[in-house]
Amino acid sequence: MVLVLAIGDLNIPHRAPDLPPKFKSMLVPGKIQHIICTGNLCIKEVHDYFKTLCPDLHITRGEYDEDSRYPENKTLTIGQFKLGICHGHQVIPWGDLDSLAMVQRQLDVDILVTGHTHQFKAYKHEGGVVINPGSATGAYSSFTYDVNPSFVLMDIDGLRVVVYVYELIDGEVKVDKIDFKKTATAPSAH
Amino acid sequence: MIADGVEDEEKWLAAGIAGLQQNAFYMHRALDSNNLRDALKYSAQMLSELRTSRLSPHKYYELYMRAFDELRKLEMFFKEETRRGCSIVDLYELVQHAGNILPRLYLLCTVGSVYIKSKEAPAKDVLKDLVEMCRGIQHPVRGLFLRSYLAQVSRDKLPDIGSEYEGDADTVVDAVEFVLQNFTEMNKLWVRMQHQGPAREKEKREKERSELRDLVGKNLHVLSQIEGIDLDMYKETVLPRVLEQVVNCKDEIAQYYLMDCIIQVFPDEYHLQTLDVLLGAFPQLQPTVDIKTVLSRLMERLSNYAASSADVLPEFLQVEAFSKLNNAIGKVIEAQPDMPILGVITLYSSLLTFTLHVHPDRLDYADQVLGACVKKLSGKEKLEDKKATKQIVALLSAPLDKYNDIVTALKLSNYPRVMEYLDSETNKVMATVIIQSIMKNKTRISTADRVEALFELIKGLIKDLDDAFHDEVDEDDFKEEQNSVARLIQLLHSDDPEEMFKIICTVRKHILGGGPKRLPFTVPPLVFSSLKLVRQLQGQEENPFGEEESTTPKKIFQVLNQTVETLSNIPAPELALQLFLQCAEAANDCDLEPVAYEFFTQAYILYEEEISDSRAQVTAIHLIIGTLQRMHVFGVENRDTLTHKATGYSAKLLKKPDQCRAVYACSHLFWVDDQDNVKDGERVLLCLKRALRIANAAQQMSNAARGSAGSVTLFVEILNKYLYFFEKGNPQITVAAIQSLIELITTEMHSDSSTLDPAADAFFASTLRYMEFQKQKGGAIGEKYEPIKV
Repeated sequence: MVLVLAIGDLNIPHRAPDLPPKFKSMLVPGKIQHIICTGNLCIKEVHDYFKTLCPDLHITRGEYDEDSRYPENKTLTIGQFKLGICHGHQVIPWGDLDSLAMVQRQLDVDILVTGHTHQFKAYKHEGGVVINPGSATGAYSSFTYDVNPSFVLMDIDGLRVVVYVYELIDGEVKVDKIDFKKTATAPSAH
Repeated sequence: MIADGVEDEEKWLAAGIAGLQQNAFYMHRALDSNNLRDALKYSAQMLSELRTSRLSPHKYYELYMRAFDELRKLEMFFKEETRRGCSIVDLYELVQHAGNILPRLYLLCTVGSVYIKSKEAPAKDVLKDLVEMCRGIQHPVRGLFLRSYLAQVSRDKLPDIGSEYEGDADTVVDAVEFVLQNFTEMNKLWVRMQHQGPAREKEKREKERSELRDLVGKNLHVLSQIEGIDLDMYKETVLPRVLEQVVNCKDEIAQYYLMDCIIQVFPDEYHLQTLDVLLGAFPQLQPTVDIKTVLSRLMERLSNYAASSADVLPEFLQVEAFSKLNNAIGKVIEAQPDMPILGVITLYSSLLTFTLHVHPDRLDYADQVLGACVKKLSGKEKLEDKKATKQIVALLSAPLDKYNDIVTALKLSNYPRVMEYLDSETNKVMATVIIQSIMKNKTRISTADRVEALFELIKGLIKDLDDAFHDEVDEDDFKEEQNSVARLIQLLHSDDPEEMFKIICTVRKHILGGGPKRLPFTVPPLVFSSLKLVRQLQGQEENPFGEEESTTPKKIFQVLNQTVETLSNIPAPELALQLFLQCAEAANDCDLEPVAYEFFTQAYILYEEEISDSRAQVTAIHLIIGTLQRMHVFGVENRDTLTHKATGYSAKLLKKPDQCRAVYACSHLFWVDDQDNVKDGERVLLCLKRALRIANAAQQMSNAARGSAGSVTLFVEILNKYLYFFEKGNPQITVAAIQSLIELITTEMHSDSSTLDPAADAFFASTLRYMEFQKQKGGAIGEKYEPIKV
């Protein structure tokens, strides 16, 4: 059982002062093995905070990020799964699932984690899964009027990944879960 | 010389201990054989070692302790003797035959202890006798230890209330009298030490005095333990007598120590009830006494007392503690015009803490204290003293901690005035403290007036205070500061749109004075706060009968335009461009076409004139295309102009792959799903074909420059786009076109000059798989894909 935190679009301090306290108390160091961050943190303090939660931190660049050295996209392998990260402002039209599927094919990954829209999404298509953890602070987004703070925790176990989404709605943390199964272990066959 | 002295002292101490032990040995022998005469003889000899003048107090104490232990055994013997029939009165008489006075008195006290225990005489008589006899020793060190011995052995034999030694004749009054007298004599001896010996040894003497002070203070401890002393007796007898001695001895060291001792040793309720008397003593002390420390400690104790339980608070009010303390401090400060500023602030700081604990609801008291501080600070330059500024930060932090709410602290009119006197460094420190307090307590600042007051307070962070050059601020520190200001801006909010707009304008006014280094930090949060307000207003109906002055999205956009413009001048063009595009999207949602167009124009100008870095251009183009793609507010003409420009920029990016990608991204500008009038299949195809041409050119360049063709990735990407529009039903995308593209790619991949690129291969493979998958889907999609051969 490998826990992967997918989180992003905090936009601190441009659009939000801090992570919601209820989220902060849930995210404790030592429980998570990897952190995947879609970008738009935006400042070093947030980067350092994530590092304290888990040293294995993967970040891609959002357009407001202070550190311009983050890569445009990144791939990594965790267990049986290949994961790809991309902030998403580069993928036009924004939030368009078909265009994101193309990126997924291009990066050749099973799970694509992307952001920018601040809207939680978990979408399965023939090539794999696209996950958008939303904005962890519920920051303003031109894309949608309804932004609840959210993040995603993936539990990768063999060929199965369980996606837990945590949303802060009206002051309460609500959890939902979605199951995905990979059909084979060979890298390019399905 | 000094080293020799120490060595000598060690020698003398060793000699003294040896002598003591030897005589003790003989004394024990005598005790064992019940030989009283010999016991007395050897004990007197043993005690003679204490007659030495050669030892410092520290060493004398070691000798004394050994003698003390031996005397305990002797006391037990005396008790046995009286049981065996020896008369205690006779014994009392007998020991006075000892040759030298010091051993004589030690023995007398020892017998006296047994005497009192025997109850053959009233305790008070024996005690009185002893305390007066001890006057025979006027040498300070010897006298202090002797009287200390007396205090120790008499401790449990005082005729206190409820003690077995209480009688008709013996009362607690006598106990008190005894202790007070011993205390007085001991203090006199202690003070006398100051004036003994040559002037050059003053420091040494003062150190020795300090070693002995607990002996004197012990008496006050004893007094505090006497059960029979109630408030009245404390007020009438104990305190006045003690204070009398303290004031009259006119000795700085004694006064400081004893005042502090009184405060620490006696209960807080007593202090409250005798506040007048206690405070009245301060002006009578020697001018060199560190009164401020003692006063501060007194206030600290009382603050803690107040904090311990709410029941005691009425007492404070009843004795008017605040005004008494306030006056006392005022008098002290007046009496010492040269008191360093640190002292003044420490005093007021303690008083403020006291006020906050005892009278938390009396903001006027707190304000008064701050006002007194301001008065004292006024006329002086800005503070240079580091310790003093630290104290002021402590002073100003106290209300923040207590009220947990900057809003309440803002009501203290003198609060900002105190801050005026801080140098800019400390001002920033204080400002940071304030912001942290707000963030920790999640205080909502919800009116423009409060925002104004707050920004006045933290102006050290908002702009450069000094005109003169100051030292380079550390980069990281500066960033942290400004980021905390940015976070603060997020917390300024009112639900009433009119008020919120006022808040935005107030913040804007302040941050625009911040200079080019600060704007990139402070403008973005303000912009997003404003956009949130626009959204809020959208939800409300436009009131056609509304006042001219009421806030509308249009007004906010005007403010936004001017605000973001300031960034272009800094320069921070990328940030400005991003923000203009955000505003454009918001204007789009409000159906304000000219406003949105204006924002786009600003963004485009920035792109053309200010953004020259290739990477920055790529990001900017993506944002422009992405935003434009979502605009539904533009009429055909406007849209065409903007689209045309965007495609133009895309084709002129520096690197061919970037060009290619930007151009095919532009294809989406001509086909928007939810806008039926934006589905121009031909223009889409034109874009894709253009992208293909660029990809081809890239291949040729690569061939020419490197001798091998570049990777086919771009072609595969374009193929994916073909499929995208094919599925959307663009009639211009034919099966034939797709087919030939597939063949092109396949050929390229197998050609001799092709570069090995497993990623591109995998991409192509998964694209083909996708097409196969779509075929298998059946239905309309399956039919579409059917004719394509993969």
